[in-house]
Amino acid sequence: MADIFDAYALADAWDEMFERPGEVRTAYEPVLAALQPIEPSELRFRADQMARAFTDRGVTYAFAGEERPWPLDLVPRILDALEWDLIQRGVSQRVRALEAYLADAYGRCRAFEDGVVPWRLLLNSPHFHRAAHGVEPPGGVRIHVAGIDLVRDEAGDFRVLEDNVRVPSGVSYVIENRRAMTRIFPSLFAEQHVLPVDGYAQRLLAALRAAAPDGTDDPRVVVLTPGPNNAAYFEHALLARLMGVQLVEGHDLVCRNNRVWMRTTRGEVPVHVVYRRLDDDFLDPLHFRPDSVIGCPGIMGAAMAGTVTLANAVGNGIADDKLLYTYVPDLIRYYLGEDPILPNVESYRPDEPGQLDAVLDQIEQLVIKPVDGAGGQGIVIGPKADPDTIERTRKAVIADPRGFIAQRPVALSTSPTLAGERMAPRHIDLRPFAVNDGNDVWVLPGGLTRVALQEGNLIVNSSQGGGSKDTWVLAEGPSESPVPLSAGDPLAVAPRQLGPDGTPTVVQEGAQQQ
Amino acid sequence: MNDVILSRIAEALIWTGRYVERADATGRILDAYLHRMLEDPWRDEDVACRSLYAILGMDAGGQPVDMQQVLDQLAFDARSTGSIEGALGAARLNARSAREAVSSEMWECLNSTWHALADQRLAARRTGPYAYLELVRRRAALFFGLADSTMSRDDSWRFVVLGRSLERVDMTVRLLSVRVLDAAHAPDWPTLLSASGADEAYARVYGGFGDTPRVAEFLLLDRDFPRSALHALTTAEECLTALGRPRHDPARRPIGRMRTRLEYLDTHALEEQLPLLLRDLQQACMASADAVADRFFPYQGPVEWAQEGA
Repeated sequence: MADIFDAYALADAWDEMFERPGEVRTAYEPVLAALQPIEPSELRFRADQMARAFTDRGVTYAFAGEERPWPLDLVPRILDALEWDLIQRGVSQRVRALEAYLADAYGRCRAFEDGVVPWRLLLNSPHFHRAAHGVEPPGGVRIHVAGIDLVRDEAGDFRVLEDNVRVPSGVSYVIENRRAMTRIFPSLFAEQHVLPVDGYAQRLLAALRAAAPDGTDDPRVVVLTPGPNNAAYFEHALLARLMGVQLVEGHDLVCRNNRVWMRTTRGEVPVHVVYRRLDDDFLDPLHFRPDSVIGCPGIMGAAMAGTVTLANAVGNGIADDKLLYTYVPDLIRYYLGEDPILPNVESYRPDEPGQLDAVLDQIEQLVIKPVDGAGGQGIVIGPKADPDTIERTRKAVIADPRGFIAQRPVALSTSPTLAGERMAPRHIDLRPFAVNDGNDVWVLPGGLTRVALQEGNLIVNSSQGGGSKDTWVLAEGPSESPVPLSAGDPLAVAPRQLGPDGTPTVVQEGAQQQ
Repeated sequence: MNDVILSRIAEALIWTGRYVERADATGRILDAYLHRMLEDPWRDEDVACRSLYAILGMDAGGQPVDMQQVLDQLAFDARSTGSIEGALGAARLNARSAREAVSSEMWECLNSTWHALADQRLAARRTGPYAYLELVRRRAALFFGLADSTMSRDDSWRFVVLGRSLERVDMTVRLLSVRVLDAAHAPDWPTLLSASGADEAYARVYGGFGDTPRVAEFLLLDRDFPRSALHALTTAEECLTALGRPRHDPARRPIGRMRTRLEYLDTHALEEQLPLLLRDLQQACMASADAVADRFFPYQGPVEWAQEGA
């Protein structure tokens, strides 16, 4: 029987669903069995339903100047319990090492004295803020929320592509993707036990409350957003709503005597923890960019005085600098005395003597990334770039070797994705989200799987036309078997009261229609 | 003279309000449950479905129950007023028999909803019940919104609102009863909250999450949330006050007593009193509904004549 998977040809990469053509991986068996008999038109119908639901709920993003529904592919990405155990331990280890690095860099600077990381890396980073020096955050937490981008290489091993410890975004899409999938495609979930994702907001709120300045009994948490025009405003609003806290803009806050207050109809109310979703540069015009109109003047002073906690902390940018990324495996060994669980992608540091020439020699075989690019911007993939672009990149790297890193191109793993009327392999990545409450780094089961919707494309960011997939982590099995309902034990809830159901008790026409 | 209202019409109005509210609440409960079950790795479908039957006061039978059966009996069954479709059908027929007392827009809302259900039911068999349940919730909201904006605040309106309020208390009590009487087989607190449409309101009030017995406190005692028992009782009492004339109104008394009891309840003692309180609430609503029927709808059915000497 012809089905949507018939023409599925494996690309030159690790495929998430098929081991070999026609040979499905165990974790995907039930999903494949559920999808195979479905007509293409039926899948289209559901995809349209999904798009409409996202539009109605306002889950949209800006692409080419218009508001588009969030693109969610119908085929989930599945991680089995073993894979997830590895990822979760690896992500948590990475966050702990980066926390230690931040505490060190804004404190005693041992790693630099010991020669693990060169001083210049810190001193010429645009994200190194003197204001953050000496601020001792409650619980020692600077990275309350992290998003660690992973890819699966040709051999099927997960590798870290980059770390995001400033204002990682995308978690709202994880929550909304699951919501949409369970409502629009419930039958897919029938055979497997998928770990829920709706505990995120609860964890986040607990971590934010735990981060409150010492001596605050009932800390007030707010989410600080740049406003409705920000691309991630939907996420800011969703998190505030799920946590039941206020969503504030910069001008809703006021600082006086190194304390932060918010303006309400019942007067000014103190604020203790600000989950801020704007960049350091815009946070406080008194300390950073004086032209910022979305920040709150004085908030940095309050943070330094310890009356308010900023989450994530100011100055975290030095830890997700892509040049620092190349040192993270060393940092894990240095601070934690552990071996890295998730390896990096092989990388070059053009700013080191000798490496610049090595990079320039083979630039058309490498991926060149600006060290503080976000959203996939500025990345040049050597094997796919035209000679002009290569030449321009070569000049840029020579002019500013500190501004770039070079990496081996990884053929990201592929997953079957609905393209028109059939399934086709498309490259995907994974961004798990971690929440650090000071005692424990918790990783949300799954994370955001992004998919490059054009054939062969390796850049998955939604701002570059990427889509997403619901990410399932399979449960190992019931930890305890559910208590069976004892027979003959009916619950004593009263029967319903019934009224007239409108059916006439007497049926006699009794009136001739003349 | 429009200040009087036929007993028969009044009865139709109160049950229209009740049935629409019932369909709405049932839709919310089913949606919350289905979502929870798909996402809960430790689920046992039979147990979860049985607790649904228990909430809705229906008999699950001796065989194992699955979600499809739940939907067939609690959503799609047009013959039972305990299911969504049956409740909306009964609401439509009741509204039709009180056609001159409800506004045309309200009647059209119920009528078009009833006709739209068949399509959505077919679609639900293919793609799941989400769109069906969403339609029900939206149309219920539309119906009460139209009642709010197109009916004069006269007795007709009061009967509709009274019916809705009594059903609301009843539904909230049912949800909580299942949890309180048999916690091991009941849904968790967050599911109860979303089944009452209260998750966001709760998070705003308590700045936290519905994973504690405080959910019971919220669903029973919150003064501002319209689905809480206290709020719905207060509304019902206002309607009865405006409807009734005698001082010792047997319809108002049980409601008023429960309302005062809830208002002055010591929240620390709530947890241990809960089973008793829920039972009393349920009884108060039933007693009040019976008294309303006695007082306002003395109609006893058609008189049957017997032929003398036959």
